Amino acid sequence: MRQFPLWKTIVSCVIVLIAVIYSLPTLMGGVPSWWPGWLPSKIVYRGLDLQGGLYLLLHVETDKAVEQAAENLVDEIRLAMRKGKLRYQSIKRFGRDGVEIKLPADAVKADLIKLLKDEFKNGVVEEIAEGVRLRLDPKEIAELKKFAVDQSIQTIRSRIDQFGVAEPSLQKQGEERILLQLPGLNDPARAKTLIGRTARLEFKLVDEKGDLAAALAGNIPPDDQLLYEERGGKKGQPVTRQPLLLKKRTNLTGDLLTDARVNFDQFGEPLVSITFNHQGARKFAQLTGEHVGERMAIVLDDKVHSAPVLREKIEGGRAQITGNFSMEEAHDLAIVLRAGALPAPVTIMEERTVGPTLGSDSIHQGVISSLVGGGLVILFMGIYYKGFGWLANVAVVFNVCIVLAVLAALQAALTLPGIAGVVLLIGIAVDANVLIIERIREELRLGKSPYAAIDQGYDKAFLTILDSHVTTLATALILFQFGTGPVRGFAVTLIIGIVSSLFTSITLTRMMLHFILRNRRIQKLSL
Amino acid sequence: MELLRSDLNVDFVGFRKWAYAISLTTLLISLVFLVTKGLNFGLDFSGGAVMQLRFPGPAPIAGIRGALGDIGLGAAVIQEFGSPEEILIRLHQQEDAKDGEASRMAQKIVEVITPLVGGAGKVELRRVEFVGPQVGRELTVNGIWAVIYSWLAILVYVGIRFEFRFAFGAVLALVHDVFITLGFFAVTQKEFTLVVVAAILTIIGYSINDTIVVFDRIRDETKRLRQQSLEVVINESVNRTLSRTIITSLTVVLVLVALIFFGGEVIHDFALTLLLGVVVGTWSSIYVASPIVLEVERWRRRHPPARTASTGV
Repeated sequence: MRQFPLWKTIVSCVIVLIAVIYSLPTLMGGVPSWWPGWLPSKIVYRGLDLQGGLYLLLHVETDKAVEQAAENLVDEIRLAMRKGKLRYQSIKRFGRDGVEIKLPADAVKADLIKLLKDEFKNGVVEEIAEGVRLRLDPKEIAELKKFAVDQSIQTIRSRIDQFGVAEPSLQKQGEERILLQLPGLNDPARAKTLIGRTARLEFKLVDEKGDLAAALAGNIPPDDQLLYEERGGKKGQPVTRQPLLLKKRTNLTGDLLTDARVNFDQFGEPLVSITFNHQGARKFAQLTGEHVGERMAIVLDDKVHSAPVLREKIEGGRAQITGNFSMEEAHDLAIVLRAGALPAPVTIMEERTVGPTLGSDSIHQGVISSLVGGGLVILFMGIYYKGFGWLANVAVVFNVCIVLAVLAALQAALTLPGIAGVVLLIGIAVDANVLIIERIREELRLGKSPYAAIDQGYDKAFLTILDSHVTTLATALILFQFGTGPVRGFAVTLIIGIVSSLFTSITLTRMMLHFILRNRRIQKLSL
Repeated sequence: MELLRSDLNVDFVGFRKWAYAISLTTLLISLVFLVTKGLNFGLDFSGGAVMQLRFPGPAPIAGIRGALGDIGLGAAVIQEFGSPEEILIRLHQQEDAKDGEASRMAQKIVEVITPLVGGAGKVELRRVEFVGPQVGRELTVNGIWAVIYSWLAILVYVGIRFEFRFAFGAVLALVHDVFITLGFFAVTQKEFTLVVVAAILTIIGYSINDTIVVFDRIRDETKRLRQQSLEVVINESVNRTLSRTIITSLTVVLVLVALIFFGGEVIHDFALTLLLGVVVGTWSSIYVASPIVLEVERWRRRHPPARTASTGV
């Protein structure tokens, strides 16, 4: 038999040693107390389907952010035209990303065009019969959309951090999607509400002169909007919806907040008190001062929370949001207000929630089927191929160790299909050894000596094993590319296992053979 | 211990006409069912919502159905899942599931069901899944591409490592495997999920593994049996690798059986698909891939490459 070079022995032993050290904490189901601190103590990271948790794919409606920008533009143009003493008939948002300005018949279009070109450099000016249109530049739109997604990620991250989730993962996917994974969550429904809420806080004046009855009949004045205030709904009270006619113009938004906290009113009911920053406080004082005696509505995501009458100018920049909150609701509202509003609404495209008990049941089933499946294969190999079968078995066990070690080191998620992958791998990995052993048997039949048969067997089987591993690896890589979540976990274990099985089934068994047969003159191989 | 006699010499090539007939008939049945009945697409592809609930005792399915009807979810499908204590409630893409309100809806469902089993905390919400229509479409398209890419990758690799006729046979065998597996799902109307697609890709990996082992042997034997016809070489190769083919299939079947019995509901279908795939894949490695190589060879003999003027000097 050929010599097994010393360097190969050393490298192989080091690989096996590292694999065993890295996989032991996982195999023992946790880091034992005697485990020295300088050894790696990471255990395999369990995927959401094994530890329970929430998986969300969110779509950021960036179009809405563009619309909002166009709306803001309407206000800015109106202001600029007043300042420049230009008259207009109407200024309205046009389409998704434009503003249409209609002029009186005797006005000079050129003046307006000059103003727009000077002050709104991010727009494209277009002349129409009755006036001028300003459209947002496509570059500007792309920028807005990108900003909306990035800002959403930041906002959601800060909300989750304040909510307190152990290891949240947030990733941008493609242009306008966010992938969110929250492992080990107790109350996914609550977390979802927290994440998905736009949390746009607005202060608007109630249009006291407007005709509410006409508005309810569908005849809403052009500068007004109809929103509802919900009351009751707690402790079995019936929910009442109170319609309110509000001025469309937003006087103040939640952007200028510095803080939001849960407080209690004199009856012990929770409420959220907010504090504005310097600029916000000034605006708030001005707003409340100018409209004493009128009602001001506190609107959150197009729902009126309350519409108190302003009795006096409010200085100091403090306000309270009441609205029949439960303690939890008030707490969550404070979080979203502190974290700020989402720049655009998000919708849920895909959701997967796994309860903690299902996860632990899955682990249990995974472990049992691994033990049974692995045990059957090991028994079969040992009985059918005897000595060489046990050699293959040792290789398979180390193969599993390497897979677990790599998973633990990379902290790649092990999922339920991933466990199935490990079990399947046990079945597939022995194939390489079956190929080798069958080849050795053939060579023996041809009358070769045991040592020559081993050399020949390994040589002839090598290319076959390599080819079959490469093609299987190719499909596993495609599976990785295609899959999400649990399926990806399966692909990962398969990829690691296929690569490592090249080492365990060829090099490792060869090395063991070398040490077993060294200095012995045997006539018959055990296979 | 030996399963097969070492001097085994089955005439696989001679049997190939029958094998073609069997393969083609199975394929035809698969295609007919795929066209007429189609696949029973699961949540991942059709979109909709699924929730899994566990009850302290056998689930009162009739009562649940009535309660769901009362809140306007009469179209929901309720089925037992694994044991009488667990049920699945499915809502296929309908108004309620559209705007991503899956977990709020789940909460509502738990609320209306709780009184049926007497008391709060008795019903456990084990799993909620919601897939929007757009994601469903994307997953479908991605799945189809993944399968096609894997065929292409194998066509190229086998084409480079062996010859084109081998690559052709290998990929035809894989197409055969995939369609028969799909056919199985069309006939049984078992739910076709993302995990099943993963299983199909794994089958492709397993089947090509088997095929390559035989091909490698054919390449070896061609050198050794230089004077012999391709028929003899193929027969010899399949016979010599047969013992390995059976042993490997057996070990994989052993683990799959363990997964089917102990792996739980989610893994059950995955393992079952793989089991079918291992059988079909082993068959196709022997009776589809190698005989096709022979057919290509024969076709070439009958149609020697014409000497075209364009390639001349």
